[in-house]
Amino acid sequence: MTLISVDRVSKAFPLPDGKGNFTVLNDVSLTVKAGEVVALLGRSGSGKSTLLRIMAGLIQPSDGLVLSNGQPLRGTNRNLAMVFQSFALLPWLTVQDNVELGLAARHVPREERRQRALKAIDIVGLDGFENAYPKELSGGMKQRVGFARAFVLEPEVLFMDEPFSALDVLTAENLRGEIDDLWNAGSFPSSSILIVTHNIEEAVFLADRVVILGANPGRIRGEISINLPRPHDRTHPRFKALVDYVYTVMTNPDIAVTGEPEDQRPNLDSARSAVSPFARPLPHVRVGGISGLLELMHEQGDGLRDIPLLAERLQLEVDDLLPLLDAAVLLGFAEVADGDVRLTPAGQDFATTTILRSKDLFRQQVLERVPVMSSIHNTLQTKADGSLRSDFFLGMWDDYFPTEEAERQLATAVDWGRYAELFEFDAGEGRLTLPS
Amino acid sequence: MRLLPQPEALRQSRLGWSDLLVTLAVLTLIGLIARGGSEALVSFQPPDVSPTVSLDPRNLPDYALRSTLRMFIALGCSTLFTLVYGSLAAHNRRAEKILIPLLDILQSVPVLGFLSITVTGFIALFPGSLMGLEAASIFAIFTSQVWNMTFSFYQSLRTVPKELSEAASLYRLSRWQRFSRLELPSATIPLLWNAMMSFGGGWFFLAASEAISVLNTSYTLPGIGSYVAAAVEARDLHALAWAVVTMAVVILLVDQLFWRPLVAWSNRFRLEQSGGGESPTSWVLDLMRSARIPTLVGTALAPAGEAIDRLLSALLGHASEQDADPPAPRSERLFNLGVLLAVGGLLAALIHFILVTVGPAEVGNAFLKGLHTLVRVLLLLVGATLIWTPIGVAIGFQPRLARLLQPLVQFLASFPANFIFPFATLFFIHAHVPIGWGSILLMALGSQWYVLFNAIAGAQTIPSDLREMADDVGLRGLQRWRKLIIPGIFSAWVTGGVTASGGAWNASIVSEVVSWGGTTLTADGLGAYIAEATSQGDWPRIALGIGLMSLFVVGLNQVVWRRLYALAEHRYHL
Repeated sequence: MTLISVDRVSKAFPLPDGKGNFTVLNDVSLTVKAGEVVALLGRSGSGKSTLLRIMAGLIQPSDGLVLSNGQPLRGTNRNLAMVFQSFALLPWLTVQDNVELGLAARHVPREERRQRALKAIDIVGLDGFENAYPKELSGGMKQRVGFARAFVLEPEVLFMDEPFSALDVLTAENLRGEIDDLWNAGSFPSSSILIVTHNIEEAVFLADRVVILGANPGRIRGEISINLPRPHDRTHPRFKALVDYVYTVMTNPDIAVTGEPEDQRPNLDSARSAVSPFARPLPHVRVGGISGLLELMHEQGDGLRDIPLLAERLQLEVDDLLPLLDAAVLLGFAEVADGDVRLTPAGQDFATTTILRSKDLFRQQVLERVPVMSSIHNTLQTKADGSLRSDFFLGMWDDYFPTEEAERQLATAVDWGRYAELFEFDAGEGRLTLPS
Repeated sequence: MRLLPQPEALRQSRLGWSDLLVTLAVLTLIGLIARGGSEALVSFQPPDVSPTVSLDPRNLPDYALRSTLRMFIALGCSTLFTLVYGSLAAHNRRAEKILIPLLDILQSVPVLGFLSITVTGFIALFPGSLMGLEAASIFAIFTSQVWNMTFSFYQSLRTVPKELSEAASLYRLSRWQRFSRLELPSATIPLLWNAMMSFGGGWFFLAASEAISVLNTSYTLPGIGSYVAAAVEARDLHALAWAVVTMAVVILLVDQLFWRPLVAWSNRFRLEQSGGGESPTSWVLDLMRSARIPTLVGTALAPAGEAIDRLLSALLGHASEQDADPPAPRSERLFNLGVLLAVGGLLAALIHFILVTVGPAEVGNAFLKGLHTLVRVLLLLVGATLIWTPIGVAIGFQPRLARLLQPLVQFLASFPANFIFPFATLFFIHAHVPIGWGSILLMALGSQWYVLFNAIAGAQTIPSDLREMADDVGLRGLQRWRKLIIPGIFSAWVTGGVTASGGAWNASIVSEVVSWGGTTLTADGLGAYIAEATSQGDWPRIALGIGLMSLFVVGLNQVVWRRLYALAEHRYHL
């Protein structure tokens, strides 16, 4: 039975100064059926949180339709409850009152409210903390309250928006395991789960189906059926193969997601069309981060080729690690294939050389391989005084990104440009200048 | 299952001495309110029958009670206005477009200007009773408190954390529930701080509004402010001293019995979910917490609260949960045009009124007087900065001293400076200080403390490792100020400067004309201009004076303060 279905949904926001639209989601279709756990997995910018909020009725799609139990969704979706990344607890209410919140809104009588809340608090293992305030609880306990608040409503579908990503590694692991146990025991208070995550292991561990989202614009690239007996055994060869496969897919935005791990070669040069250099976003990483990663990979040698292993060793989540890898690949310092990463000769050189030489190397690679940086550099050179207001470049990015993202692009470009000594930036005057 | 009763449950039934105290306090409070309130209803038939103020110090507690009651009524009105106006502005895009700029204008209008404009209307509204004067005085205090509070509440509503707001929508809270469970609690702390500061400033306007002359008639409203006015009239230094002492006691009492418990209680509404940091304490709150009666009353009233919750939920309905789509551009343009036309029409009518009745020459004359007052305000700022910033920084760098002195400075800031005016006037007369200069000192009496207060706060925000670094690299004297201290306290100084300059403009209306007995000193300035026009009931000049002063304040804000503020945000943010 289909509980929620999304039919060809798109979401676009107007760009500043009426320069058209920025598409966050493009033509997305998805269903959530009774009795399954679905994970939405994507990198930042893939619109996964937007999609979740559209399905919850918190955001209106620009185009397309959301059906809940076959009925078009109007207003917020009554059949679901959500667990938030930041817990979203009201700090001035006790645990009990927080859990009762949704019941109070439905005007459930006081005594029944109390009983049901106590039961939910019991399920998440917080007995004895009913009268505590959120600020007295640890992060993991706070998120338990978040779960109890959702459970008490017995929603058809439980939405989780990166529920474990604000917790430390061990706490997250523990809570994730308990939620999975609860689901496997068949006593779960909702009949389906939809979880948004950027943690690949978490997606494969919890979900029956992993839906992979792509970025720029956000779209569904495909889905992967896990097909393992629950609870999913992390040591199972298929589990490892699936994780590797998902990493491969996520590090190669251009390959098709077929749903089964198999040998995939990236389809190179497909995206190198003649668009403006400002249309291709720079990965938001600092030069220091890139060189740190490369040095670490160099020191570890062949031992750290496997990207999942690298992520685990660095304790970095996908959202942090993948932009670093993107930047390293973009700059020609590393190559990525089949869930493995390898340093190029230029990368080896960059990781081992002196500061001055590494700056030269970085400048050379940037000018050669990052069109937007060479475009900025060339534009500055055409000016008599070698200087231009940053607003000019911001305007170029504004054609393709919302203001906030355009500003982040500028900030990243400035960081790279300063390191490479391609140009200087005066924050007070907002000017980019060629070095004298 | 818990079989044994919890310790709390056992304690619940027993009433202690603290319950006795709380009950007594509540009864006393009710009695005091009834006494102060009944006196407001005495007969008043101007100009024949007018209440008089006796200079016997034994009457002072009674006068202080009536003044305090006025302050609290004004505070209640301000709070109500704030909640309604702020909610409207934050939740309705069209209302926001009108309400927020309007608020910006209203807060630039000098508070005593509101009094000049409204007092005759209020007297006419309640013929034969003191209520009109009461209302005018309360309205003046209200206008001194409300704009700040409304801005703060509006800002808080706009910055409710997104996920909390989403949770409220998803869990289908009604409009009332969203307001009472989410919005009001998250706005409480800033609102309370603003209310406390504005309340402190309100004493000044209370004192000024209790004795005012309009249309060549002096009106007197019994209270501690009119007591001071009567003492000045009678040249009674003894009575003045008693009034100062009484005022100090009242401010201390209100702080201990009202604000401190509230601040300590509101600590639960802090948004950051972790503990830590020093939480404010209050012995009154501790007493109330140790008493059982409040809890018992709360438990007894819970079902009623439930019913009210349901009723208000049903009455106010559900908010539209989604971000409303932006309205059609055409209707939006029409709306904007309508607003623009209305504002333009009003401005044109006002300018027409002023030009027709007083003529352009008078406008020029008043503008010149405005420049005089502007120079006074600027001199005051420079002087206060030069004197108080070094002292404030010295205090701020010593945490223990700061903790000791900060309440004192707060007290000085809320002590109404016009209680000190008579002493200063006497000094001016005897020392032959021209009032043109003397009025600067009078204006500074109230507003300088904001500079000091913010200098202390600013110095405290400079991280100690930066100061250690400065010692380490040997920054000394002027260099230390230029490289570390001035940039470090710049934001705080801007905040203090804005507040001080606003306070100075307001104070100019009562500082540029001062008297001692029969002697009256009048300085050449816009404040004196407004004061004279008010006492003569000269409407065109009142309108002109107040309009010009508002323009000066807005102009100063736009040209100076806004830029400095942007600079502070941009460059000197720690």
